[in-house]
Amino acid sequence: MNGTNLLKIALRALSNNKLRAFLTMLGIIIGVASVITMLAIGQGSKKSIQEQIAEMGSNMIMISPGADMRGGVRQDASAMQTLKMEDFQTLQSEAKLISAISPSVNSGGQLIYGANNTPSTVYGVNSDYMKIRQLSIKDGDIFTDQDIKSSAKVCIIGKTVADNLFPDGSNPIGKVIRFNSIPFRVIGLLNSKGYNSMGMDQDDIVLAPYTTVMKRILAVTYLQGINASALTEDMTEKAVDEITTILRKNHKLKDSDDDDFNIRSQQELSSMLNSTTDLMTTLLACIAGISLVVGGIGIMNIMYVSVTERTREIGLRMSVGARGVDILSQFLIEAILISITGGIIGVLIGIGASFAVKFLAHWPIFIQPWSVLLSFLVCTITGIFFGWYPAKKAADLDPIEAIRYE
Amino acid sequence: MKSVIELHDICRNFVVGDETVHALRNVSFSIAQGEFVTIMGTSGSGKSTLLNTLGCLDTPTSGEYYLDGVSVRSMSKNERAVLRNRKIGFVFQSYNLLAKTTAIENVELPLMYNASISSSERKSRAISSLNDVGLGDRLMHKSNQMSGGQMQRVAIARALVNNPAVILADEATGNLDTRTSYEILVLFQKLHKQGRSIIFVTHNPEIARYSSRNIILRDGRVKEDVINPTILSAQAALDALPLPADL
Repeated sequence: MNGTNLLKIALRALSNNKLRAFLTMLGIIIGVASVITMLAIGQGSKKSIQEQIAEMGSNMIMISPGADMRGGVRQDASAMQTLKMEDFQTLQSEAKLISAISPSVNSGGQLIYGANNTPSTVYGVNSDYMKIRQLSIKDGDIFTDQDIKSSAKVCIIGKTVADNLFPDGSNPIGKVIRFNSIPFRVIGLLNSKGYNSMGMDQDDIVLAPYTTVMKRILAVTYLQGINASALTEDMTEKAVDEITTILRKNHKLKDSDDDDFNIRSQQELSSMLNSTTDLMTTLLACIAGISLVVGGIGIMNIMYVSVTERTREIGLRMSVGARGVDILSQFLIEAILISITGGIIGVLIGIGASFAVKFLAHWPIFIQPWSVLLSFLVCTITGIFFGWYPAKKAADLDPIEAIRYE
Repeated sequence: MKSVIELHDICRNFVVGDETVHALRNVSFSIAQGEFVTIMGTSGSGKSTLLNTLGCLDTPTSGEYYLDGVSVRSMSKNERAVLRNRKIGFVFQSYNLLAKTTAIENVELPLMYNASISSSERKSRAISSLNDVGLGDRLMHKSNQMSGGQMQRVAIARALVNNPAVILADEATGNLDTRTSYEILVLFQKLHKQGRSIIFVTHNPEIARYSSRNIILRDGRVKEDVINPTILSAQAALDALPLPADL
């Protein structure tokens, strides 16, 4: 008895019972299709959340001065003066795992143009900041190194600020607006980014050279913070370590001293959101997995009935020389054929359903190749697992009784 | 002449609850090649047990059984399956054809379990077997499109296809009307003439008149074992039957 003959026999038996084979398959089809669709939805929302985080700058690292105690009173971090320009310069020249770095100082106040005014915050940064925050210029220019050197009174404004100051829709470029009492010439307009996932308006922003903000608005020599961008998201943690080492050396801290600065990255936010979506994906996959198991039990059920119904056929096969292992293989192959065929149809329907969800419900979907492979593998194993018992039962039949079974 | 079947003191006991049932008690006989033997007996005489033993479906409790010179008693289940596949052709009372399957595929079945036979050889042997039983024009008919007589012919073709040492028929005419029964008997006699060994188990004494030898069992023992001096021709009996009204 060779494999080809066994396959022929099993195919023959299945084609004799097309309707039943299809009904058996239905369980597997629904199971596999739902696994694929659920995973696609789960992975899709994970991906869309990851993209949102990336938009905020997923490799962003924020360095702020450490909280300190003065006479027993804990001070606000922005009042600390531990971050200096030298720290920024050292990091800029020594840190290798960061791709962009910008000092950060800010000041809140009222912006005025003509009869219109709006409250906003001016961020003192350099041109790297655009890259760190994933900002882009819609109109006009970014400030130059020369602007930074000369503490030029120029600024780039976000859409919300522009809408509030120029409600008539006139072009803000070249106009001079006032921040408190200091005039700034608008040289650029940012592309709108909308609200972030925390509900903050990312367009309510004014960017100016950090030197201008430090000297002309705040009159300080220390930095309120340093923003940097790690080379890649995965390297964020290493970059944080590197920055820590450099800053500790710069601040001449002893091993026993605590850091006098804080470093935060988006990593925590990202991992928190990831774990939430992973949980959701797992939940969905579990529900779908259950339907696959139910489908598998369907196979076992039908195969079991089929063995009883075909007892005489089994008896005949045995009497013309089929060994137990031949009968076992035949029924096992039938079960596997059913589950694999059901698996293929299920994969196709699952992919179709995923795209239907995408186009009809506008949910983000993402079909991961491994999920297709996995469900395919699982349904084959299901076929073998649930086909084994009925097949074994068939193989163990006594030919004498089987051939005369009524 | 060479004997295809040799039984020496075959006993077969079944344990049912606390009791031991002796289905066969010291049965001994041998059947030479080319014999057409009917085995008769009432129900409970051990007929079925003897048939199962001869067909290598069952092993005796004691005694020796040689099929075509091979000792069967010590064989495993799988070895017996292979032996059945090569040396025995079964014909059952209820045909036992595969449902919704063509004649040719039904006949091919035993060869499907013999890996040494190619699919083209399988097909040509099935066709020649079907020709032998007079169904050469119905190769592609499915089992549910055939009459009882035709189905039994397919079953006989299936029993012939592996060129067995012995054909075992179990009440092969039991489900057929008189006319068709004679047609099947004609076929068996033809096979007998070709030199095939046939064992035909039946409780119909009529059939014994067309075989070359008759063994009668009673209570698990051989009660009678006689050579038939005057074998009747089944063809003559068939010709003597009144023609069906619609012909």
